[in-house]
Amino acid sequence: MKYVDEFRDGERARGLARALHAEADPGRHYRLMEFCGGHTHAVFRYGVPDLLPDNIELIHGPGCPVCVLPIGRLDMAIRLVEKHPEVILASYGDMLRVPGSGRRTLLQARADGADVRMVYSVSDALALARANPERQMVFFGIGFETTTPPTALGILEARRSGLENFSVFCNHVLTPAAMGAILDVPETSAETVDIDGFIGPSHVSVIIGSGAYRFCADAHHKPVVIAGFEPLDVLQSLLMLVRQLNEGRAEVENQYIRAVTPTGNERAQAIVDDVFTLRDSFEWRGLGQIPHSALGLSPDYAEFDAERRFDMAYVAAEGTKGCECPAVLRGAKKPVDCKLFATACTPENPLGSCMVSDEGACAAYFTYGRFRQDALERQQAQRQAHREAREQ
Amino acid sequence: MTAGEFKAGQRQARRLDLRSGRVEMNHGAGGRAMADLVDLLFRQAFDNPLLNQANDQARFSAPQGDMVMTTDSFVISPLFFPGGNIGSLAVHGTVNDLAMGGAEPLYLSAGFILEEGLPLADLARIVEAMAAAAREAGVQIVTGDTKVVERGKGDGVFINTTGVGRVLPGIRVSGELARPGDRVLVSGTIGDHGVAVMSQRQGLAFATELLSDSAALNGLVATMAECAGPSLRVLRDPTRGGVAATLNELAHQSAVGVQLHESALPVRTEVRGACELLGLDPLTVANEGKLLAICEASVAEPLLAAMQQHPLGVNAAIIGEVIEDPLQLVRMTTAIGGERVVDWLHGEQLPRIC
Repeated sequence: MKYVDEFRDGERARGLARALHAEADPGRHYRLMEFCGGHTHAVFRYGVPDLLPDNIELIHGPGCPVCVLPIGRLDMAIRLVEKHPEVILASYGDMLRVPGSGRRTLLQARADGADVRMVYSVSDALALARANPERQMVFFGIGFETTTPPTALGILEARRSGLENFSVFCNHVLTPAAMGAILDVPETSAETVDIDGFIGPSHVSVIIGSGAYRFCADAHHKPVVIAGFEPLDVLQSLLMLVRQLNEGRAEVENQYIRAVTPTGNERAQAIVDDVFTLRDSFEWRGLGQIPHSALGLSPDYAEFDAERRFDMAYVAAEGTKGCECPAVLRGAKKPVDCKLFATACTPENPLGSCMVSDEGACAAYFTYGRFRQDALERQQAQRQAHREAREQ
Repeated sequence: MTAGEFKAGQRQARRLDLRSGRVEMNHGAGGRAMADLVDLLFRQAFDNPLLNQANDQARFSAPQGDMVMTTDSFVISPLFFPGGNIGSLAVHGTVNDLAMGGAEPLYLSAGFILEEGLPLADLARIVEAMAAAAREAGVQIVTGDTKVVERGKGDGVFINTTGVGRVLPGIRVSGELARPGDRVLVSGTIGDHGVAVMSQRQGLAFATELLSDSAALNGLVATMAECAGPSLRVLRDPTRGGVAATLNELAHQSAVGVQLHESALPVRTEVRGACELLGLDPLTVANEGKLLAICEASVAEPLLAAMQQHPLGVNAAIIGEVIEDPLQLVRMTTAIGGERVVDWLHGEQLPRIC
């Protein structure tokens, strides 16, 4: 298959792995965060860790939209469909299975009679609104910069066609703000996560451009390599990161040149700027309140804002006791460090958001990497040894 | 419909309007309308001596040796899909469940739950497809039943088929017989049926020329049994949940692990493309005309050659081996040389594909 097979080629993968083994400095430990859940998924689906030297450690980042949505926001959606029988809530599939407060899910609300539909795109939601003029159609908009432009187009289309029964429960969030929040934790804090560099997002970067990450390199001196989602993309970007670190450089480099430009998709950015506005602050699961990290509807489009239309109020809520999703999302813990992992919490019966989505680190570990316990223990021992050596 | 509902001399009664008529409640009420439906549609299509005994049951002599029996219900949506319809599927599914027991399928029953309003022309197409599939597979539909439910209480038509078959001489296949060192074979490209059906589903429509692989596998099984004999240990058709679910089931049943090789998996380019687009794994997509076989290593190559000689096994491949594994996992060496678990499908991929 064109543009896919080339990036999954075994021979080239072995070549890149050889280069990584040759160039990774045995005297140092590389802690590299793949921000995106799409990369986490690819890493485990293709068994990338098997090709890496032991001193390259992948830290899984918070780039999974389903995972980072706080329970309070999910509770808002559940309350909406329970209180308003006239509402059809259209959501991407994974969101239906994430437990909210009291472990209640949208699927359970649906079983109890609420009208919750799974859709593949905002166009499906628009079609539902047209087909049900007597109902209120609410689109549960979630995602990073990749899914924001389609939601914006949906709102523009609703206005153009006078679709008054359509609104959006907007939960679109911003990647650079989250990266900044991870890097801003003071090094003295117990929450601090040692990160030497980032594998930058693929699809998000198509929209926002590689320039959006310059602050990581300039202000925080962390290299960023934007990478495609195929296994060879990941391997090559790891090699580029190792080279930057070995040479003492901290730059934004672009491995995903077949899709990402420095300035991104400016037309999409303009549409997003028109329809949305920055929220002062937004709560992220695991990262807490981050200023200017999410979008809401701009005043011009306020009539399509479901939060206004239905007077939806945010109430912060606690997660399941013992669930380590917050620490996993910060990269502070691995899924296997959670006592619930693969015991009480499985993809069939998820207790935390990271076990629900394909892009969640817990689901990726469970689905593809359950046999890796030994490798992880070895890596943890090595990390400990490095930490002790540094402290001496 | 039971065989007993046929009464000689009724055939000239009220004719069914197969062109523009629809299923009505009285088609399941036990009266004349039902008799017409049974007589003019089902009986003509399935015509065979056991059905024509015209009793509430079909009577036949039990063959020598072990027999197998199985049942399956079909609720697929849409009813018609590229490469088949619910009728052909209802025959293939049950024939294949018999064949996976190492058996020659003999007789089927057919139970229909029809929704009021179903066009009779659609029902006729479905019944004709069942009859054709049964003829091709060499089985007879010897008894049946018809019920009609009110509009909105069904989805056009649901079909249940039950089958009996005779186990081929010298063959003993069962899910617990896989042993470390055995080889794992698949009879052809995986995921065709699931992707063909999804391509037609409302809300998901995408253009593809892909056909469902729905087919009766008993002929292929007979060829395999002849070639491998008792060295053939396990047969199973990877339907819902795909190859991944089936191999996980077998790993548990035999208390072993399975090691697959991604580069050995036969997957059509169209299926790979659709799976990329929809975020699916071909290993978890349903098949209807494919089988997985586990055999002793020594017969794997000749068995593969025999399968590839059969029209339904042209793309057969050896895709892995059975290993010792206390965790009973299915693992796979990926195309880039890494390792991963091949897990059961979590949750539902998409509803009702069989």
